[in-house]
Amino acid sequence: MRKILLQRLLQAVLMAWSVGTLTFIITRSLPGDMAYKIAAGRYGDDAVSTSAANAVAEELGLHRSAFEQYVSWMTDLASLELGNSLVTGAPIVVELQNQLSYTLVLAGLAILVSALIAFPLGIYSGIRCARKSENTPKSRASLFDKTALVFSTFVRSQPVFCLGLILIFIFALELNWLPVAGSSGFVYTILPVMTLGLSLAAISNRVIRNSTVNAVQSGYFHFAKIKGLSALEAFRCHALPNVVIPALAFMGIQLIGLIEGVIMIESLFAWPGIGHGLSHAVFARDITMLQGTALLMGTLFVLVNTLVDLSQYALDPRVRENLGHSQ
Amino acid sequence: MRIRHLTILLVVASVLLSACTPSQPTNKILISGPFEPVNNDPASTGYMFTRMQILETLIDVDNQGQLIPGLASSWSNDEDFTVWTFNLRPDVYFHDGTLMTADAVYKSLSVAFGKPTPFSKDMIANMEVVSEYSIKFTLNQSYRPFPSLLSNYATAIVAPATFGKFNRIKTLIGTGPYQITHFDPPHNITTTRFDNYWGEPAVIENVEYVTGHRSETRALMVRTGQADIVYNLDPAAVSMLRTDSNVNVFSDRIPRTTLVKLNSGHPILSDVKVRQALSLAIDRKGIASGVMRISNISADQLFGPNIRDWHIRSTTDNATNTISMSDADNNPTINNSVENGDLLLNRKKAAQLLTDAGWLVGEDGVRYKDGSPLTLDMITYANRPELITIATAIQDQWASIGVKLSVHMENVSAIPSGHADGTLQTALMARNFANIPDPLGIMLADFSSKEGGDWGPMNWQNEKVFSDLKTLSHTTDEHAYKSLISSIMQEVQQDVPLIPVLYYVQQTATSSRLRNFSFDPYERSFRVSQMRIAP
Repeated sequence: MRKILLQRLLQAVLMAWSVGTLTFIITRSLPGDMAYKIAAGRYGDDAVSTSAANAVAEELGLHRSAFEQYVSWMTDLASLELGNSLVTGAPIVVELQNQLSYTLVLAGLAILVSALIAFPLGIYSGIRCARKSENTPKSRASLFDKTALVFSTFVRSQPVFCLGLILIFIFALELNWLPVAGSSGFVYTILPVMTLGLSLAAISNRVIRNSTVNAVQSGYFHFAKIKGLSALEAFRCHALPNVVIPALAFMGIQLIGLIEGVIMIESLFAWPGIGHGLSHAVFARDITMLQGTALLMGTLFVLVNTLVDLSQYALDPRVRENLGHSQ
Repeated sequence: MRIRHLTILLVVASVLLSACTPSQPTNKILISGPFEPVNNDPASTGYMFTRMQILETLIDVDNQGQLIPGLASSWSNDEDFTVWTFNLRPDVYFHDGTLMTADAVYKSLSVAFGKPTPFSKDMIANMEVVSEYSIKFTLNQSYRPFPSLLSNYATAIVAPATFGKFNRIKTLIGTGPYQITHFDPPHNITTTRFDNYWGEPAVIENVEYVTGHRSETRALMVRTGQADIVYNLDPAAVSMLRTDSNVNVFSDRIPRTTLVKLNSGHPILSDVKVRQALSLAIDRKGIASGVMRISNISADQLFGPNIRDWHIRSTTDNATNTISMSDADNNPTINNSVENGDLLLNRKKAAQLLTDAGWLVGEDGVRYKDGSPLTLDMITYANRPELITIATAIQDQWASIGVKLSVHMENVSAIPSGHADGTLQTALMARNFANIPDPLGIMLADFSSKEGGDWGPMNWQNEKVFSDLKTLSHTTDEHAYKSLISSIMQEVQQDVPLIPVLYYVQQTATSSRLRNFSFDPYERSFRVSQMRIAP
């Protein structure tokens, strides 16, 4: 376990340097005058002018050479100082804290909803499919499994934005049960969480279903039943851990993708998360914000991967054995 | 058995969800728009704080763009418009309970003038406190529209306690009928009524603003009753909302014009015949109905009919439509001498003008002169989504007279940046004339020298206009003033330093429970304090 943690720590340091450097190079390679773009983000479309851009350039020292600015940023980074947003003037840490808290609520609940839908659906589909194939080997899929496949394909084929609109039409417009958009209470989280949760479950239930089929049709599962365990006990003790391991890894990847890619949902539901903040930082050339966000995303990536690795270490004896041998 | 359990579960879930149904509080309204309050600095987000009626300016503006008293009850000037004295209302309290005095105003404006503003502060030579409720400005030169600058949100008055170390904004403390209770930039501003307000107290107790990024989201918010007022709706959303009896839709002209900015110093565009031809080739009516789905917004001149004095009456002004228009007929300075029809679609004349200018059609349909093709670049920006569609429509319309136009989507800052470094050829933009409500301020900034303005002409030279504008800045005789305006606008119309395309319309929707809604064409205030909720 210590080895996993040390590896990930080294990865985090390398990631911070590479993400910081890449963001620095990319933002400065983009066409257009940086001072004007920052002035537009800070003072709005109607107030961006040469005098505003000159004031911005003077204030932020944009006349300094790129190397000077890079060294300055890396020095700040080494002392964990991310600076202030060039547009809002607020400390990056405060901005990220605020935005990330909203996104984590959304992402965490969405993963939970996704798990609540995907595990029962995937496991049941898998068991039905396995049973069906035992009885009639030519036709592997049961009606339930087929229905789940059609439902998953339908949900997944919808862009998440369209799915959100469909849910708004049903639950906000027609039934008037839920608010359309906003972020000032739990009730506002239901629609975006449902949208994301359904979208994620549409894929993860198929991953779980396939893992279940493989586990239920495996030799070790049959052996467990032959040695006297009931079907339920055999499934709980021998099949379930093997279903959970790949599902966990897959959902970990989904969580990272979710944190980085919820921009459309945040935009549709007026949710003040990090995806929306990042898109604004790109348009307004808010470099400090971009660097801070990229750094945070990278750190989250390493963190979630570490958590997935640790879970697998705890759940899968093969991983423990491999790590033990390599040590 | 299973079906029974499932049914019970569904019923329980439905009841729980029904309990979540957002009920509409009777003492609170919710407003949504695309505007993002990024921070609490009036220099950048002041427009939102004035709209939410948290901050106020010394000078206010009425629906016709005329200056009216705000926090200053009156103002006066010397004969040549260089010394201005503003008398403050004596009974104004800030939200922290302190009295608004000239010292407080001095402090607030001193900080505001140290930040970028939509006007040049170099003109102000001195600012001094004359008495407890009087403040005086001495300018470096005559400047007749000076009071209009003090109506800009960047000059909104805040209490001295607003500022912390290095004059950073600590807590925003204004004088308006509402005070901030919660601010979560850039998504939420929540306010409550300020009981010690100097004017008519607000009826509605609490107001919340939620940034709604997408037009369809805002439309659905008002349709479901979650929001009471939503701003900036797109044509599709307006069509949907007009069919809903629980929603009222308003379309109001605002002092903003969609224009094509031209670099008159460019070898092709330096010829006035080319500029006139480009203007004549634009099918404004087609763009208005096809892209914006609104009729009667074709712009045949720089300022729309709601900008009094500076709009020259045209035949389209009297057309009736759903748009609430200013009273053009009451405009005392309307001059009929300019042939406004000259700016409308006439491709035959446009082609003739280009031929007269030496641009002849080649085999590929593009015009050439001395072997060089008539090709131009146009930049526009995505923040106003209709602009890219209009730009491509213009591209097609100009192609019909042999002009090859390349359209580039850029950040909005590419326009002032391209103006400053001289690389800009043409740009399609939505010019806001409400920032400085007196058009003279805009004309002096943009039309009085060859440098032009970031959002105005570029390398355009017309000595008569330059000279007339300088005269206008210190003209005291009202008749002479209006006569000069007429002369200037005729010159601008004929010389085409900018090509007007459409007048802007703001589409707003309100819930049916809201009463006394009115739209501020200068977008300075949401005017919530005048509204009430139906019992």
